[in-house]
Amino acid sequence: MARVVILGGGVSGHTAATFAAKWLGNSHEVVVVTPNAKWNWIPSNIWVGVGQMSKEEVTFDLDPVYKKAGITYKQAKAVSLNPEGSANETQPFVTIEYTGQGKEGESEEVTYDYVINATGPKLNFGATPGLGEGSQLGEHTVSVCTADHAEHASHKLQESIEKMKKGERQKFLIGTGHGMCTCQGAAFEYIFNVEHEIKKAGVRDMADMKWISNESFLGDFGMGGLHMKVGGYVVSSKIFSESLYAERGVDWMVGAHVSKVEAGSIDYELLDGSTGTENFDFAMLIPPFAGVGLKAYGKDGADITATIFAPNGFMKVDANYAAGTYENWKASDWPRTYQNPSYSNMFACGIAFAPPHIISKPMSSPNGTPINPTPPRTGMPSGIIGKAVAHSVCDLITKGEGAHLHEASMAEMGAACVASAGKGLTTGTAAAMTVFPVVPDFEKYPGTGRDTDYTFGEIGLAGHWIKHILHHLFMYKAQLKPGWTLVPE
Amino acid sequence: MVKHEEVNFARNDQSNTTMIPGRFARAMRTNLIWQFIRFVIINLKMLVVVSKSH
Ligand SMILES: Cc1cc2nc3c(=O)[nH]c(=O)nc-3n(C[C@H](O)[C@H](O)[C@H](O)COP(=O)(O)OP(=O)(O)OC[C@H]3O[C@@H](n4cnc5c(N)ncnc54)[C@H](O)[C@@H]3O)c2cc1C
Repeated sequence: MARVVILGGGVSGHTAATFAAKWLGNSHEVVVVTPNAKWNWIPSNIWVGVGQMSKEEVTFDLDPVYKKAGITYKQAKAVSLNPEGSANETQPFVTIEYTGQGKEGESEEVTYDYVINATGPKLNFGATPGLGEGSQLGEHTVSVCTADHAEHASHKLQESIEKMKKGERQKFLIGTGHGMCTCQGAAFEYIFNVEHEIKKAGVRDMADMKWISNESFLGDFGMGGLHMKVGGYVVSSKIFSESLYAERGVDWMVGAHVSKVEAGSIDYELLDGSTGTENFDFAMLIPPFAGVGLKAYGKDGADITATIFAPNGFMKVDANYAAGTYENWKASDWPRTYQNPSYSNMFACGIAFAPPHIISKPMSSPNGTPINPTPPRTGMPSGIIGKAVAHSVCDLITKGEGAHLHEASMAEMGAACVASAGKGLTTGTAAAMTVFPVVPDFEKYPGTGRDTDYTFGEIGLAGHWIKHILHHLFMYKAQLKPGWTLVPE
Repeated sequence: MVKHEEVNFARNDQSNTTMIPGRFARAMRTNLIWQFIRFVIINLKMLVVVSKSH
């Protein structure tokens, strides 16, 4: 009987675990190690962050779902990996520390035949002084990265709305909290939801709104921008995005690295090297992401973390990490099987794998501060990669070591994204976008790097309906309700 | 009289060089019949992208 241990029960890990359990049945064991008791459909945190959904609506308890699926669930966080075992243990193992199930603080060594690292991001608040290290919630600013963060953001937003109702002007600053952030799409969706709520509350004229981001141009989204079909034109996402901001009366500042946050103000540095201060009454700044800080040890106890993980803490996989400068980057640098090059029974999926390089053009200020988005690994790619990795591991177990590994390159897959602006079924307008492929391939698509037949954007109510459907479909699928496998990732 | 869509062009240089939808484009964004048609089309397109990605 083989044991597959999956670290992280988020979008990618939950997909990997549930498919592995379905494909392996009772003859093998699937273990999930994840610190939270609840699963969270993260995209809907945006609606929690504006008070349009409750935390309960975007989460559910993992325990009954894993019981139903026959998955061993350990509410714990992984701390380190021993891919060759140790002096006392011949099998590879992961050391975990419990965060629940009545065993809080206890450590355990869980042996494995295969391990899948799906630990997602560490929200690296500490990278920017004042952003919220310690509180893990935001200090002077708020975040919407978890359901708890989003609930906190919603309360702060309501306070600002109340102040505006009493005649006090409020300045809203929304975007990224560091020069190396990713996840611009979430902040983009949040700013338009906030604008919608303020308008609905009848106080839009009391609000000054500003977007701040590390993108070198509006609409970069960490993907170097995209060219999409809109209304019969092929349009740069810069024009598409600028139009959205201008229409809604939202100003923007791009190429910005937030260097310090204090109560009511941020310090920033721009790509031209200039620095400045921006005041705010309400700010939602996404923290930068890093790996969760897993350590790795050899059989003799030597620290081999640098062999398995990249310096940013993400796990090395079958990517080309020696691609060199921007001019030499290719679609083929991106990983296909997500197998660790040093240990063939180790895989990573979702945000946890180390990308070969960024996607956007690398930029830095004359002072040497890097200011460019890091690559997004959104829900759809995270799910697809999780499923492909689970498939490979199941085949390795059932067909033997020579089994063909399944492939899911981000340079060959698309992503669908819906950025809502409000939650109403007859009001509000969402931007529905697809991009194909996520990582541009200029050899295959020499013009824009992408297939413009499948890269499109559209603004309208239909996007809202799709966002509602996606919310219910993914909450349904993740709870393994009848027919769950029919819902695509 | 300044039309609704023209107001924001005058806000600053940033906004002045963009495109802002006029009354017809705005109306179509929330027109239920048109949006239902777009809903079907966007879903079909998204399904193609999803199927090409697996
Ligand atoms: C506000 C917001 C809105 C978004 N909206 C969209 C959207 O509309 N569309 C879209 O496609 N994507 C969206 N995304 C991105 C999407 O949520 C991510 O791509 C996706 O969650 C990544 O999946 P993952 O499994 O890699 O990471 P996660 O989903 O973050 O899962 C990681 C899991 O690992 C666990 N973990 C952490 N540390 C450890 C440890 N040491 N040991 C074990 N487990 C650990 C975590 O608790 C978590 O459960 C959004 C993201 C945010 C923040």
